Amino acid sequence: MTDAPIPAEPVKRRAHWLARAWDTDLAWSFRNSPIAMVSLGAVLILVLSAVFAPLFAPHNPFDPATLNLMNGFTAPMEPNAFTGESFWLGTDDQGRDVFSTILYGMRISLFVGFSAVLFAMVLGISLGLLAGYLGGWTETVIMRIADVQLTFPAILVAMLIFGVAKGITPIEYRDQVAIWVLILAIGLSDWVQFARVVRGATLVEKNKEYVQAARLIGRSPLAIMTRHILPNVLSPVLVIATISLALAIIAEATLSFLGVGAPPTQPSLGTLIRIGQGFLFSGEWWILFFPAMTLLALALSVNLLGDWLRDALNPRLR
Amino acid sequence: MALLEIEDLTVEFPTRKQVFVAVDRANLTVEPGEIHGLVGESGAGKSTIGAAIMGLLDPPGHITNGTIRFKGETISGLDTGAMQALRGKKISMIFQDPLTSLNPLFTVRQQLVETIRVHLDMSDVEANTRAIELINRVGIPNADIRVDQYPHQFSGGMRQRVVIALALCSEPDVIIADEPTTALDVSIQAQILSLIKELANERQVGVILITHDMGVIADTTDKVTVMYQGAVVETGLTAQVMGAPTHPYTKSLIAAVPRPTIKLRRFPLISYGGRVTEFKIEDLARNWPHNTAERGAELLEVRGITKRFLQKPALLPSHREYFTAVDQASFSIRQGEVFGLVGESGSGKSTIARMIAGLYNVDGGTVSFQGQDVTSTAKGVPDSYRKQIQMIFQDPYSSLNPRMRVDQIIAEPARHHGLLHGAALQARVSELLDRVGLGASAGVKYPHEFSGGQRQRISIARALATQPTFLICDEPTSALDVSIQAQILNILKDLQEHLNLTMLFISHDLPVVRQMCDRVGVMRNGQLVEIANTEDLFANPQHPYTAELLSLMPRLDGLSNDGLAAEIA
Repeated sequence: MTDAPIPAEPVKRRAHWLARAWDTDLAWSFRNSPIAMVSLGAVLILVLSAVFAPLFAPHNPFDPATLNLMNGFTAPMEPNAFTGESFWLGTDDQGRDVFSTILYGMRISLFVGFSAVLFAMVLGISLGLLAGYLGGWTETVIMRIADVQLTFPAILVAMLIFGVAKGITPIEYRDQVAIWVLILAIGLSDWVQFARVVRGATLVEKNKEYVQAARLIGRSPLAIMTRHILPNVLSPVLVIATISLALAIIAEATLSFLGVGAPPTQPSLGTLIRIGQGFLFSGEWWILFFPAMTLLALALSVNLLGDWLRDALNPRLR
Repeated sequence: MALLEIEDLTVEFPTRKQVFVAVDRANLTVEPGEIHGLVGESGAGKSTIGAAIMGLLDPPGHITNGTIRFKGETISGLDTGAMQALRGKKISMIFQDPLTSLNPLFTVRQQLVETIRVHLDMSDVEANTRAIELINRVGIPNADIRVDQYPHQFSGGMRQRVVIALALCSEPDVIIADEPTTALDVSIQAQILSLIKELANERQVGVILITHDMGVIADTTDKVTVMYQGAVVETGLTAQVMGAPTHPYTKSLIAAVPRPTIKLRRFPLISYGGRVTEFKIEDLARNWPHNTAERGAELLEVRGITKRFLQKPALLPSHREYFTAVDQASFSIRQGEVFGLVGESGSGKSTIARMIAGLYNVDGGTVSFQGQDVTSTAKGVPDSYRKQIQMIFQDPYSSLNPRMRVDQIIAEPARHHGLLHGAALQARVSELLDRVGLGASAGVKYPHEFSGGQRQRISIARALATQPTFLICDEPTSALDVSIQAQILNILKDLQEHLNLTMLFISHDLPVVRQMCDRVGVMRNGQLVEIANTEDLFANPQHPYTAELLSLMPRLDGLSNDGLAAEIA
């Protein structure tokens, strides 16, 4: 009668939660994946340098008082012909230090990216849970809307929402609300995949017996959805959220590059690339090159991290 | 010379923290025409031996020691190419699930002909003739028509026959059947097993029959090898091993098998390996509210209960098609008794349980509990009734929320009903954990840290947290190993006897029902065909379907009765 022996009282104290986290399969998989470690390192460096930009940046590129027009078009690592000042990554046409604009631009890009994904997540998870758990008409309506939205490219949806929002905002507020509109637009264009994944996982979970047990004692549908089902559908959501973050950052850059995103007064990486591409063929390559490389590094490392997470959380691929 | 010889086979699965020895120096010999049973509980390594013979071990598993010889030739350690020539041709395999072992996109003929032509030098015409012969041989009627159908057009049992035909295509010398009847109903199981017996005899094929079911072993096999935690503990002629086991593990395993012919008060728990965890029923009963209801008074009455499921949805109600899962079932359950519902899969027994529990709305009929109407409608069932009932589910792996701590799981029903709060609730949870034999400190762990039997104890603790009077058990042990099943069934018996709990006990396993239930209802295709006292039903079935079910039950006459004498009721 071979039930595994049960530890006698008193049991040994449980290890500290950090020690237990370190011992999990996920942490173990992380420690054994050089790609995951390098990408997490890169993401951390980029995010921290953006968050603490005022500490690292040589000057605030958006404060006109710190600019000197004479410094314009200084090549990287070369002293300026007039002022003799030298800049790591050169300067743009207005004499702004490219390194500083990248740090400050990345703040906007990351803020928009994180906020948009968070918004899409909240919306997508709620609708997906409702559709999956309630079924019937609720499900039909939500999932058909999702299907229709999927027939348009996400960037088109974002542009449409951005355009409408811009149209209804009074002109004097446009620059202030631009960032929020951008978050709304990208978030709304991205909720569908969260909703679909959560609905699918909910359909599986809701037939499991632990949900029946909760229904048996009369827990409300809302309590069952939030207390019981939600925690069990979160691991695929975590994977999509990471990959979505890279996509949202790129979407923001695309919109800004097209001139429908962050305003020039608050330039994001996309805005910087748009500004830079005007100078590409006149020899000032650095104004485009460094923001573009930063965007690439950011999107790539977040994506690789997402890929690793997907493999690590899905034992069937291992 | 033996057909297949396994000598000192060791299979290891290196994992992150340790090396898991799945098979530990196992020996096994199979002669032509012999059916060799490989029996053991889950995790005993029996399927791993099958996979090792086929060269189909899942990485990182590998053979670290020993040899496998086929007709005297060593086949362990052959390279993939050489193994492929052998696999399927000389040694073939039958898997548990007939649904997934056939390709749904090809007709049966296509699959058979392809397999035949890969292995045997035959023309297309010859292969076709042979395919029909085989289908005929495995007992599928109208072979020439059915051979052109797709797998989904066959029922489960017929599909398993096709799988057997497929395994016979290459005229193999050895067939490894891994739980070939576990997914099938008992009536179909009997047919498939007799087919395997016939074929082994007729073609002098050696069969390794892997199963956890002692009934299958006793009825079908010539020799048996008993495995425990990767090691062979006993091997010999089936009649001898089953009738007079020598190893203590085999003894304990056989004693735990529910008998169709003997009614026991309790299952004898002969300890082997890990220690038996006690269920402290006396302690539990001390804090249990005294149930004053008189035994034998009517507790739950079900009248004409009906459930239909939408089969073909349509916008217009008149175009919708329904499947009637339960049709006008009526019965009543008396205070303090265990009422059993038996039937094959799909007969509607779980649906009845769910309607009584308020998980499904009824499409007709009424349920009343202690004289109060508790029929499940769109509004659900009354809260006062919910506090009185609890349910124990079949699958201990899905009935506990994996993201909740055990103490939260057990506390949830009592907290939801507002019965207990704060320290009192904590005390109740610790007490329950202790009483079901897990120890109060188990509360801070998560369900995945427990084995199947331990999880079922957690389920029982959860069900007892509200101190219910009526317990619904939906196949509570069908996912468990036989020794764990004996423990859980003993716990349920204790609950009935000491706490005066009333139970609805659902099972497809007739011997279990005989041990557990006072009265039984037999279901078939949504209808309740017979209700009788258990002993009367087993002695003298009234309905022909009941008689048929009983006749298909494995007799288990050859099993040793060691240790049972003291418990015979």
